Amino acid sequence: MPQLEDRCWSCSCSPGMKSKGFPPASRAREAMSAVAGAVSQAVCSLRRLHSAGLVRRGVVLFAVGVFLALVLYLLQIKRNVVLFPEEVLDTLLSSSWWIPLSCGTAAAVVGLLYPCLDSHLGEPHKFKREWASVMRCIAVFVGINHASAKLDFANNMQLSLTLAALSLGLWWTFDRSRSGFGLGLTTALLATLIAQLLVYNGIYQYTSPEVRSVRSWLPCIFFSGGVTVGNIGRQLAMGSAEKPHSD
Amino acid sequence: MAKHRRLRQNISAAFYRHGLLCASYPVPIILFTSVSILTCCYPLLKLPLPGTGPVEFTTGAKDYSVPSHEPQGDLGERPDWYQGPPVAYIQQVLVKAAVSPWDSSLVPVDVFRSPLGRVFSLLEEIRNHVYTDRSLETLCLQVTELLPGLRRMQSILPEHGCLLVSPGNYWQNRRDLFDSDPDILKTVHQHEPKGIHTSATLKDLLFGVPGKNTGVSLYSRKRVVTYTITIALSSYDARFVASLRARLKQLHPSVNCTLREDHMVHVHFKEEIGIAELIPLVTTYIILFAYIYFSTRKIDMVKSKWGLALAAVVTVLSSLLMSVGLCTLFGLTPTLNGGSIFPYLVVVIGLENVLVLTKSVVSTPVDLEVKLRIAQGLSSESWSIMKNMATELVIILIGYFTLVPAIQEFCLFAVVGLVSDFFLQMFFFTTVLSIDIRRMELADLNRRLPAEAGMPPPPKPGPLRPREAPPPPRPSPHTITLQAPAFRNLRLPKRLRVVYFLARTRLAQRIIMVGTVIWIGILVYTDPAGLRTYLAAQVSEQSPLGEAGLPPHLGVAPVFPGGDPTSTLSVLPAPEPTPLPENQSQGHGASRPGGAPLTSPQISWGSEDEEVWRRLSFRYWPSLFSYYNITLAKRYISILPVIPVTLHLNPQEAIEMRHPQDTQHAPRSSAKTTDLQTDLTLYKVAALGLFAGVVLVLLLFCLYRVLCPRNYGQNGVQHGRRRRGDLPCDEYGYSPPVSEISPLLLRGHSMDIECLASDGMLLASCCLAGQIRVWDAQTGDCLTVIPNNGLRRSSSSGCWEHRDGWDSLTPTCEPDALMGTESRAPVFVDTDEYNEPPLRRRVTPSRPTLFGDQPDLTPLIDTNFGELPPSHTTVGFGFDFGGLVEKAYKEHEASPTMHFTAPTPPVTPAPPQRRRSLGDPPVAPPERINVSPGEWDSSVWSLELRGNLIAAGRSSGKLELWDAVEGTLRCCNEDGSSGITALAFLNNRIVAARLNGSLDFFTVDINKPLGLLQYRGPPGRASLPSSPCYSSEDVISCQLTRSVQCAHQKPITVLRAAAGRVVTGSQDHTVRVYRLEDSCCLFTLQGHSGGITAIYIDQTMVLASGGQDGAICLWDVLTGSRVSHVYGHRGDVTSLVCTNSCVISSGLDDLICIWDRSTGIKLYSIQQEVGCGSSLGVISDSLLVTGGHGCVSFWDLNYGDLLQTVYLGQNSEGQHVRQLLVLDNAAIVCDFGSELSLVYVPSVLEKLD
Repeated sequence: MPQLEDRCWSCSCSPGMKSKGFPPASRAREAMSAVAGAVSQAVCSLRRLHSAGLVRRGVVLFAVGVFLALVLYLLQIKRNVVLFPEEVLDTLLSSSWWIPLSCGTAAAVVGLLYPCLDSHLGEPHKFKREWASVMRCIAVFVGINHASAKLDFANNMQLSLTLAALSLGLWWTFDRSRSGFGLGLTTALLATLIAQLLVYNGIYQYTSPEVRSVRSWLPCIFFSGGVTVGNIGRQLAMGSAEKPHSD
Repeated sequence: MAKHRRLRQNISAAFYRHGLLCASYPVPIILFTSVSILTCCYPLLKLPLPGTGPVEFTTGAKDYSVPSHEPQGDLGERPDWYQGPPVAYIQQVLVKAAVSPWDSSLVPVDVFRSPLGRVFSLLEEIRNHVYTDRSLETLCLQVTELLPGLRRMQSILPEHGCLLVSPGNYWQNRRDLFDSDPDILKTVHQHEPKGIHTSATLKDLLFGVPGKNTGVSLYSRKRVVTYTITIALSSYDARFVASLRARLKQLHPSVNCTLREDHMVHVHFKEEIGIAELIPLVTTYIILFAYIYFSTRKIDMVKSKWGLALAAVVTVLSSLLMSVGLCTLFGLTPTLNGGSIFPYLVVVIGLENVLVLTKSVVSTPVDLEVKLRIAQGLSSESWSIMKNMATELVIILIGYFTLVPAIQEFCLFAVVGLVSDFFLQMFFFTTVLSIDIRRMELADLNRRLPAEAGMPPPPKPGPLRPREAPPPPRPSPHTITLQAPAFRNLRLPKRLRVVYFLARTRLAQRIIMVGTVIWIGILVYTDPAGLRTYLAAQVSEQSPLGEAGLPPHLGVAPVFPGGDPTSTLSVLPAPEPTPLPENQSQGHGASRPGGAPLTSPQISWGSEDEEVWRRLSFRYWPSLFSYYNITLAKRYISILPVIPVTLHLNPQEAIEMRHPQDTQHAPRSSAKTTDLQTDLTLYKVAALGLFAGVVLVLLLFCLYRVLCPRNYGQNGVQHGRRRRGDLPCDEYGYSPPVSEISPLLLRGHSMDIECLASDGMLLASCCLAGQIRVWDAQTGDCLTVIPNNGLRRSSSSGCWEHRDGWDSLTPTCEPDALMGTESRAPVFVDTDEYNEPPLRRRVTPSRPTLFGDQPDLTPLIDTNFGELPPSHTTVGFGFDFGGLVEKAYKEHEASPTMHFTAPTPPVTPAPPQRRRSLGDPPVAPPERINVSPGEWDSSVWSLELRGNLIAAGRSSGKLELWDAVEGTLRCCNEDGSSGITALAFLNNRIVAARLNGSLDFFTVDINKPLGLLQYRGPPGRASLPSSPCYSSEDVISCQLTRSVQCAHQKPITVLRAAAGRVVTGSQDHTVRVYRLEDSCCLFTLQGHSGGITAIYIDQTMVLASGGQDGAICLWDVLTGSRVSHVYGHRGDVTSLVCTNSCVISSGLDDLICIWDRSTGIKLYSIQQEVGCGSSLGVISDSLLVTGGHGCVSFWDLNYGDLLQTVYLGQNSEGQHVRQLLVLDNAAIVCDFGSELSLVYVPSVLEKLD
């Protein structure tokens, strides 16, 4: 149980932080926009063609990202506290409001990047392209998070190895494309880096000084999250190109 | 490799046999599987139901020992959780204190001030109690700090020490603070939460009794203050507890107390699910349901989609239950939270196998026996199923070696679940599938019978019926069934259909209701403080043997013989005389119910005091411990028997303890204010409720407006889902002006129309009588009539006959009369000779006849022209011949010919209900041959129209070229003797497919006599080459350039040409692709298991073919490879059209199926009326036209919604639209008995222009 607390992170950006003139949210967004800027060239050609569809997909992906971030945050919260949900919700809403937002932005960027990369590499993703598979992928992703939050592992090595195996399994089951793997890896590295930067700058803080366990599972979660969001993005892109019939 | 293959074969054979077995004995197998499911689920009955409250277990206090960790099997009553030491032992001291005798000089505050004050001395006593060498400090449960979120309680709840809770905590257990507190009530109530609170409040926690029973109130009638001092002990020392009890009893004796002291109650708590855990849980379940939805949506081509989807879900769920049951049976108790890992288990096991199985079985040939179909489907997928299962097992095995206990357990469950799922889908699902397919065949037979017998015509609909509400509920949301024509023009949104379905069945409500009732019933029955206990108490009260029958460890067992435990609160007619304190008289007790102010309080001990905590919220203990971050979930606490303490204070003491302010707020008229207060509260609550209700209604209304912004019931209101631009015809589709679409009837044919051809401007039709008529596609005027040779009606007909005879002499060269655009006068034909005045009204047609790029035309005609400019080779002799022929023609004009024969009997009429479309000619030609095998003249079997030339292929094998406007025969070729079943006219080439399987390529040469290269009119569309025009001076010759004798082994049934390719389909199951220029055979495409009945090819080289086996194949024309292969129809595929995104096929089963072109997935299907299946056309990428009973219907291709139905004529009943042709200008031509009908779709026209 105390290990769980290690993984439960909370934000220390109290209202005092905002008065420092460099709000953390903007810094987080800067990091995100750096990612976005790197690919904007690739995106812009696509954007001219069907910018409306792009915006719609982006909005959907953003919503998915925000929602998943909230859900996963709740998963990380320790079990014993839940008898007083009002406190939990208070901390959730007050302190770290920008986390879901940045997660949503990242989800939108990654989800739009995947199909774009596919089209640029010229190898359209055809493996299990259907919504049922996407749903399965999301469920497995939530399951991985569940496992990382709720299970007791003997040590951090075991935790990170298990999670890495699970993430690779996720990729192998639902993606199996080199571009997907590469992009997922890039996402994981970048996101971990950003998270570490945020922590070192004191904007954000884990509840426990033992940061290593968080470090050990964070990349795996980011990797599988990237693959999942990419899966959704690809399906959305396919759906907008060829309208799925909802009959 | 050989081993691998052998293994594969073995598996396949085993699955085949298994499929045969399942399909042969469905009922026994289903029974067997049900029994095995139930058997495996039987151990689940032992597991507790989720959602019930805490569980109790009572043991004797005397011989108590801490239960060991190892379960001992012999203790039958002992529950599973009763292992190991409890979290804490709870010792409660229940204090009842009263000031007695009550004095009229006392103020209401005195009721509780001095009794509460005594708590500090009691606490002191308890704290300092020492038995031998043990004090409370060594035994009690030491708590550290409170949770970080509870700072505001920091001053109240104990920290860093014993968990000892009493009302004294309000004042930090300090007497001086209490004494200086001016308003006790305010202190007590300041921590109470506002609003509704379901959990234990701080007052409950500290007082240990429900708030209303404490007696800490200004308006208490009883004037008895009750509270508890709760001590949590970490270890149980019986002697210490006994000595504490003895000491307290000695100090404060409770005279009339008969509380039992020999029972210890152990309370086990379930896992609490808070909102923070609930949200992820709900999310996973939502994802699970989405997964199930998207998976089962793919089940198709079965009788009952819902049934199969249900079977699939049942398969997965019961396999999970089986796995849990089996694991429980083998002693593996689940420690994981079942509810939260359940979705992951379902997702791991998955529905994929079931879907693969269904698809495989469904795509087996339909004409096979059900048994064989099942067996074939199973065996064809056996390898992949086994491979998948092996992969999953390996993955799970890897997971097992992670050595994390939870993951290991999950993996164990998953393995058992996978195996049982495999078992179930092999036995249960396969059998259900076989039953379903058998049902489908039966239903199919039943449906077919009346169709062949000839259905009575449906009631006659009006010509153009406005839309009608209320629509009939559609039977199934997946197949759009066309019902009676009167309902055809209803356009029902899909959402509404679902709503209707739900409303009709009220399925959801009923299921929810029944489920809720059962759930509540179970909960009420199993709740420890609930119905069962009550019933037991009732029974024990009524029956004389009740006490004996009652289990002794039942918590609320009656203490007084015959006493009702539930009613002890109300009155206390003590069965035995209660010894009162000395200073009280009996009279006080009697006058107590009247609430007289002078009544002295009476302290009585009832059985309800035995376990005070029962009257509190069941969250009392968990919340108390959770403040210190100790969870009680899945653990238990032991509650020791309560120590009763009775305090009697005399009034003097109470007055001494008064705070100076106490007397100030001592309202004498207490009862009145109480009433007023309750009244006010009542009004407040009522007003609040009313307000909330109004807000709720408004909110719901707003929600409704947001979600369903359109009125469904009203006509012509645009659908919410549509936006402008979705559909080229979105305005007219929803509120069409009645006048906008009115069919134009082209009358003139005497018999049913057989062939139809058009090039956009002109329209040529040929009836069974052999008469060819040419119509203006714009205005609908009849331009030319070319009567059949056999039906001579005037001298001019004779002329035709004669000329035919003459044609046979000079087959290749023909005089060429010509008509230019602007209608030159006829050269040969006198207008009077026609039975109808020939119309020469083609003055300035709005557009020249163009060779358009028309990918959407119906299969009858293919108007795709290559980009090649027409060749205008001038052959000199042809020109000379023209004059010659002209002369000869004039000479022979009046003389009858010897070839004249009796009128050709009309070809065996096709069955009235079902017309042979072009897809069927394999059946048709033999009949025709029997009719007129030897006659020189014959019926027209195929017709093509290009420019002004009509190419007609006759059953005698003759190919004729007619001038469409002049009505003159331009050219005739009789090289072949076998009937021409299909024609294609592309550029200057004509391809004729013959009955004997040969394929002839003709070249049409135009010799310009005057050397003028004339193009007809200004080009209407710049991008397209203008069509060549054959002027009357031109000499047209038709030469056989190449004849492929054995193109096919059997008659050629379909012929299509586009993009420089000629594609033929034949009854020999093959499709061949030829190049048009050099008539070289490029590919022979094999893949159908029946004759080819429909082919589609367009300018973009999309080739689709459909066969008698109901299969549709998509081919790559460049490589000759098969792109996809789907089984779509039961029976022949009668026509095929492709758009950019989808393939539309219709079959003899009267179903129009829309497939996704890239994936081959069926998007949806439209059930047509009987016999109307083959008429099909696509106007634009999103507008589909189908023919029906005397009407044509427009469909939205994207959604499968019926947009509009146009009725063709007044007396339309019984007549089917059997051919449908979409013209270039978005007009639709359909044949309609002996009439043609021209329907314009104006809004589409605008969009196209």
